[in-house]
Amino acid sequence: MFALVANQKVVRDWPCFGVVLGGSFLPRGGYTVLLFKMQFMLLFSRQGKLRLQKWYVPLSDKEKKKITRELVQTVLARKPKMCSFLEWRDLKIVYKRYASLYFCCAIEDQDNELITLEIIHRYVELLDKYFGSVCELDIIFNFEKAYFILDEFLLGGEAQETSKKNVLKAIEQADLLQEPRHEYFNVPVY
Amino acid sequence: MSPSVPLQEMIRAIRSARTQCEERGVIQRECAAIRAQFRQADNGGRSHNLAKLLYVHMLGYPAHFGQMECVRMIASPRYSEKRVGYLGAMMLLDEKQDASLLITNSIKNDLSNSNQYIQSLALCTLACMGSAEMCRDLAPEIDRLLRASNSYIKKKAALCAVHIVRKVHDLGELFTKAARSLLTEKNHGVVHGAVVLITELCERNSETLERFRKTVPDLVQIMKGLVISGYSPDHDVAGISDPFLQVRILRLLRILGRNNEAASDAMNDLLAQVATNTDSTKTVGNAVLYETVLTVLDIKSESGLRVLAVNILGRFLLNNDRNIRYIAMTSLQKIVGTDHNAVQRHRGTIVDCLKDQDASVKRRALDLSLALVSASNIRSMMKELLSFLSSCPPELRSQTASGIFNAAERYAPSQRWHIDTILHVLTTAGGDVRDETVPNLIQLITNTSELHCYTVHKLYRALLSDISQQPLVQVACWCIGEYGDLLLRGECQETEPVQVTEDDVLDVLETVLQSHMSSPSTRGFALTATMKLSTRITENVDRIRSIVSIYGSCIDVELQQRAVEYNALFKKYDHMRAAVLERMPVIEKNSQGHINGETIKESQTVKVKPGEPQQPPNQVCDLLDLLGGSEQPLQPSPALGSTAPPMPVSTANTVGGDLLDLLGGLEPTPITPVATVTVYEKDGVTVTLSCEKQSDSGLTVTLTASNSTESDIRGFTLQAAVPKSVQLHMKAPSGDSLPARGAAKVTQMVVLNNPNKVNLKMRLRISYTSQGSAVQDTVQIDSFPGLGQ
Repeated sequence: MFALVANQKVVRDWPCFGVVLGGSFLPRGGYTVLLFKMQFMLLFSRQGKLRLQKWYVPLSDKEKKKITRELVQTVLARKPKMCSFLEWRDLKIVYKRYASLYFCCAIEDQDNELITLEIIHRYVELLDKYFGSVCELDIIFNFEKAYFILDEFLLGGEAQETSKKNVLKAIEQADLLQEPRHEYFNVPVY
Repeated sequence: MSPSVPLQEMIRAIRSARTQCEERGVIQRECAAIRAQFRQADNGGRSHNLAKLLYVHMLGYPAHFGQMECVRMIASPRYSEKRVGYLGAMMLLDEKQDASLLITNSIKNDLSNSNQYIQSLALCTLACMGSAEMCRDLAPEIDRLLRASNSYIKKKAALCAVHIVRKVHDLGELFTKAARSLLTEKNHGVVHGAVVLITELCERNSETLERFRKTVPDLVQIMKGLVISGYSPDHDVAGISDPFLQVRILRLLRILGRNNEAASDAMNDLLAQVATNTDSTKTVGNAVLYETVLTVLDIKSESGLRVLAVNILGRFLLNNDRNIRYIAMTSLQKIVGTDHNAVQRHRGTIVDCLKDQDASVKRRALDLSLALVSASNIRSMMKELLSFLSSCPPELRSQTASGIFNAAERYAPSQRWHIDTILHVLTTAGGDVRDETVPNLIQLITNTSELHCYTVHKLYRALLSDISQQPLVQVACWCIGEYGDLLLRGECQETEPVQVTEDDVLDVLETVLQSHMSSPSTRGFALTATMKLSTRITENVDRIRSIVSIYGSCIDVELQQRAVEYNALFKKYDHMRAAVLERMPVIEKNSQGHINGETIKESQTVKVKPGEPQQPPNQVCDLLDLLGGSEQPLQPSPALGSTAPPMPVSTANTVGGDLLDLLGGLEPTPITPVATVTVYEKDGVTVTLSCEKQSDSGLTVTLTASNSTESDIRGFTLQAAVPKSVQLHMKAPSGDSLPARGAAKVTQMVVLNNPNKVNLKMRLRISYTSQGSAVQDTVQIDSFPGLGQ
């Protein structure tokens, strides 16, 4: 059963992408600042299994689990044609589903949701270019690489490099630095 | 000890586990092996052991024993180990863990490593989970990297600086200079990082903001370059050149241009250019347009540009993409206060969005619709809102209900419409309304005396059909109790009357009392209503007696108490029953203000203090003086424009001795005094008048009557007549009986509208019954105090 699901390749045109960028759980300290910050990004499957979680705010494991559970439930409950944005607690959640994966980003109140969708899309494109027609299995079996790519694209929740080419070049170079003895850095095999 | 399995095999093993239990078993075995491996010396397989642990952690299993391993790996000279070590640090360590401090030194060393990819790892980790301590320690390093390194590192250092500033605000000073110089770089990544850093610095510190205003021309230049330049393959997204950078620059411009004319002027042209030239067929173009609109609306832009921005939002509203519509409504919500008319133009589309499938869109549409309700569109908007209420998702119902109530209260075209609307809401969404709705509605009903008959008929019918909506049932019971006699009379002008008998009415109330759907407070209402009817019906008083006595042994303590008291009323205090249960007086409103100024509750703050020293004579006289007989000259009110209610201010005057004793010598209230004139004084009955200008032609007159004779006066009514062109509206009086010796007063408000500004005169007819005989008198009022006539 798992094998069947696994063989499903992520379709090129990304019907929906669920990236949850987090808003702030941290107290604002009395400022009326315009805060633009991605608080976290979650990737999860349609069964609610977490495939990647990147947190840009300090929270305990327990809190992270609670947030993840609730948010996954909320997003999975959404119907297909619905808006990609929802308000959850005091955050704005931007999500999109790409084949079997939801990419979910939680952003802060003043952030631009549409550009966040673009950030999500850019990340998916990077994954796609790197893995060659990426699918959920790639991300499962090479999760650490998904993280490395994310870390080359976003830093502290902000986009660090706006050129796709440069991000991929950097990853390539970094991969070359990997010492060859470690087998699992080779081309993924299921 | 089982040999360590490569990462992917472990993942496969976990995935092939068929049950949760099996999976746990696999993971436990693996974790044990990993723990053993960690304890061993360096064996070349450390990185994929840690990677396995991280995978297990992602599945939700505890992995804290890997924290020290992360620290060790970060210190390793091998790149692969460092890479996984830092990843582990970001996943397992956060600033709350003590172990995180241990990596500070490693990060510091790696920041000066000759290999940029190692530097990059350190920067990434610091920006992700650096605690305030770590940030303080490493800030000088970051500053150094901001100035002297290649662009790959500079862009990362800039974002790392952003994180540092967020954690330790004071360190912003350190990065200001470097940030400024980064703006001139060619590399998009660096400029992007610089813009983000400058944004953060400006947000945290207003002085820095002032300094960075000088960069507006540079930013405008960069932006122009992006917008006009030809196709740049590296940064192009669907025809837009580096939209991420564009959005960031626009955001920074917004912060710099806020509240500053000069800066806003400098960016006007650019914004107009971006707004007109950006291709809006794809999301990315709309993202840039959206940011532009947000900027235009936030800075001091010229009106033409503002109109352009609102039009863009209007276009968004018509977009097929639901996301864009949602965004448009969010933005319109922000400007509905300031640019109300512009948003009103799109009211039709917004109201249509109420019918959208998506709950987020519905919510936005609801907020915006409620903000767009005005006196001119109240009827049509209310129709839409009421139909929305019947089909809206449950989480929005109470918000919709309260929104409808607010709108109805502010813009109700007529009392009857108001009552109808509230009744409609109660029948549709009765369970979701707030608690204060019931008293508010009751207060509204008592205020509209001409509609009592209509209201009670409507409520009776509603009650016949459904007794599950508690607020509705409560109001209905109260009304039937109060106005049951109107119901039984069987005639009604406004609506088709029902032919009910007393038994029918009592049946309904009994059903409510006995129904298991009724809450305890509802049953309380029903019982009291039943009791009140005992004075309003003629034949079935015995039935009421029996109902009341049954509940004397009810389990519910509140009901039992009521029943016992009512029983006592029947038995021992029957002579008082009529007085106790008579019609309620008009309830004064004390909710937040849609009435002019402070509420009558102010009077209760007046303290009773005997022997107050005499106030200077040019204080406004009060009733005490007048009743005491001394005619002091009246002064015009010094502040007619005040929002204080036209109440006579009491001075502690010693004139009018025994009255003072009764009233206890009131202290002057803090309200600004308003002029009061005595217009009628005869046979101990005094009527005073005070008025307050509401608008150019509107005037509110308050008539206060009091009785200084030794006997009570009943049936006191006032009628008024004014010249033809003046419009008159008399509000309900506070009561119709004046107890003896000025123990209480009757007030009545009259609203006048004098659009033609004719000489204002009023003829007042006073009628009452005193000591069994009816008295009627007329008086003409030619001058109104404070009107300068």
